[in-house]
Amino acid sequence: MPDRKRALWAVAEQTRGKLASVTPEVLGQARRLAAEAGGCEVAAILLGKDVGALAKDLLACGADKVFLVEDPALELYQNDTYGTVLHRLIRREQPEVVLFGATAVGEELAPTVAARLDTGLGAHCTSLALAPDGLLTMGVLGFGGRLHTEMFCPARRPQMASVKPGMFTPLPREEGKGKILREEASALLSGADIRLRTVRIVKEEPEGMPLEDADVIVAGGWGIGGKENWRLLTELARELSGATGCTRPALDEGWTDGEHTMIGTSGKTVQPKVYLGFGISGSPHHTVGIKDAGIIISINSDPRAPVFECSDYCVEADFRKILPLLLSEIRRAKVPA
Amino acid sequence: MGELNLVVLVKPVPDPSCYDRIEIDPATGALLRQGMPAVLNPADKHALEEALVLKERFGGRVAMVSMAPGSASETLMEGLAMGADEACILSDRAFAGSDSLATSRVLSAGIRKIGPFDLVLAGNESADGGTAHVPSQVGELLGVAHLTNVIRMEVGPGGSVTARTRIENGYIEVRGSLPMVVGVRREINTPRYTSLMGVMAAQDKPIRVWGAEDLGVNAAEAGMEGSSMRPGRLSRPDYRRKGEILKGSHEETVRRIVAILRAEGVLG
Repeated sequence: MPDRKRALWAVAEQTRGKLASVTPEVLGQARRLAAEAGGCEVAAILLGKDVGALAKDLLACGADKVFLVEDPALELYQNDTYGTVLHRLIRREQPEVVLFGATAVGEELAPTVAARLDTGLGAHCTSLALAPDGLLTMGVLGFGGRLHTEMFCPARRPQMASVKPGMFTPLPREEGKGKILREEASALLSGADIRLRTVRIVKEEPEGMPLEDADVIVAGGWGIGGKENWRLLTELARELSGATGCTRPALDEGWTDGEHTMIGTSGKTVQPKVYLGFGISGSPHHTVGIKDAGIIISINSDPRAPVFECSDYCVEADFRKILPLLLSEIRRAKVPA
Repeated sequence: MGELNLVVLVKPVPDPSCYDRIEIDPATGALLRQGMPAVLNPADKHALEEALVLKERFGGRVAMVSMAPGSASETLMEGLAMGADEACILSDRAFAGSDSLATSRVLSAGIRKIGPFDLVLAGNESADGGTAHVPSQVGELLGVAHLTNVIRMEVGPGGSVTARTRIENGYIEVRGSLPMVVGVRREINTPRYTSLMGVMAAQDKPIRVWGAEDLGVNAAEAGMEGSSMRPGRLSRPDYRRKGEILKGSHEETVRRIVAILRAEGVLG
């Protein structure tokens, strides 16, 4: 379709009137891809009930236009209703590219819609590029982050991808541009096979600083050995106005503050200025999550711990010796001379 | 509610504990699998456990379905030893190079061939490719309700389903009814160990191998030809850093760390 302006779509995610943090990231990247390829328009798709205020946010985050679909049936996410609306909108408008945030919801919705459209989907992409001819390059990781490859969807449209949270930066907000298109939800939902009913969505907003926002992350692994010692890590993180992170084994032991603090393949990808790892051996599932950290300092009593290979500074020592000293030294350093 | 026809999708994957030793063949650009034993995809064991618990409660049958080489029977023995009643391996050269949707097409054909089903369970994602697409796409292709990231699930006597699915910092509570396809997370249960009795019983359980023709899957629906996605070259990301060892007494080491923190401007 050489005469038509190519469209890049970003599917927005909201819960109870709050945009998911990955949504501005996806929109920012869509905007950059549009600039790369030239002559593309960026649209956001927003589904929900009484979420009109968020449509303006999406324009400010880089969308040229927002397709707004509001209906009581869309108040709470479920894949039957959301999948139906998206599938029908995409079939009607035929965008070149459709991007989702690779959240739990996005990772369910994207393959659902891709199956209905019989098209290809890149999974939790860590990089995206768009050629002038419209071909999307999707960088993906596999095998716990140990293998990288690029995926392409040359023949089918749209090209779809879910985007790993934390990989792209949002654009600075720019108010007052773009247009909001209200869609008739009942038409988009008519005759749909609705088999699921979402009873409620419960959000348990965690206390403390989120890993994504922290300049310093103090992380612990299996080697920490118990809840008592874990408290020292939390104390150090607090002293540095940072966040506490963990590995899968530490999470499974129940020492940590919960799943939202897990770093790695099945957890978060983080980019602090400084990452301090204690008692972490460095399985690839964890280290792939810290590859974008500024400085990595690892403390482990085993000189052969694989984590040392991907650290900037290595301390071969028992963390029990280092942690208390480090706490008091930091407290001393913070007292103005 | 009568007995349940339960299907568990399983995938043999290279042992995840070997992934830091992964090598790529420089000549072919393909992954070298030697020295990486195949194991049941860890998340799939949780799907199987959930199926076995449902079978204990309602009665019925548990069939494992796997798109894999015929040699996968060895890996699937573990599932049979845990308590699955049979295994169906969907194996054909024509399936090679399938993307997640083509894989889901083959799996759906296998599920249909087994017969009517009440519930299809799968691990939410595989440890190797890990797209997490298959449960949703199988659900779409079978034309039934589907859920992913399931961490709790109750099947009522009338076939009603109440499930919890994990989302970031919370969960969704959702209701539906059988038939359904469900992708489970490891939090849902603790898979049982295999017993000696189980291992012995497994020897006599049927393992079927079905090819494209048996399944009525044609070349345009599976493998490279039936896939929208094309992979580029594999590479091994290099996460190595300088690895400077901080030497000296603990006090000296700690002072170095504080100096680094100060230089990075994070000392508050």
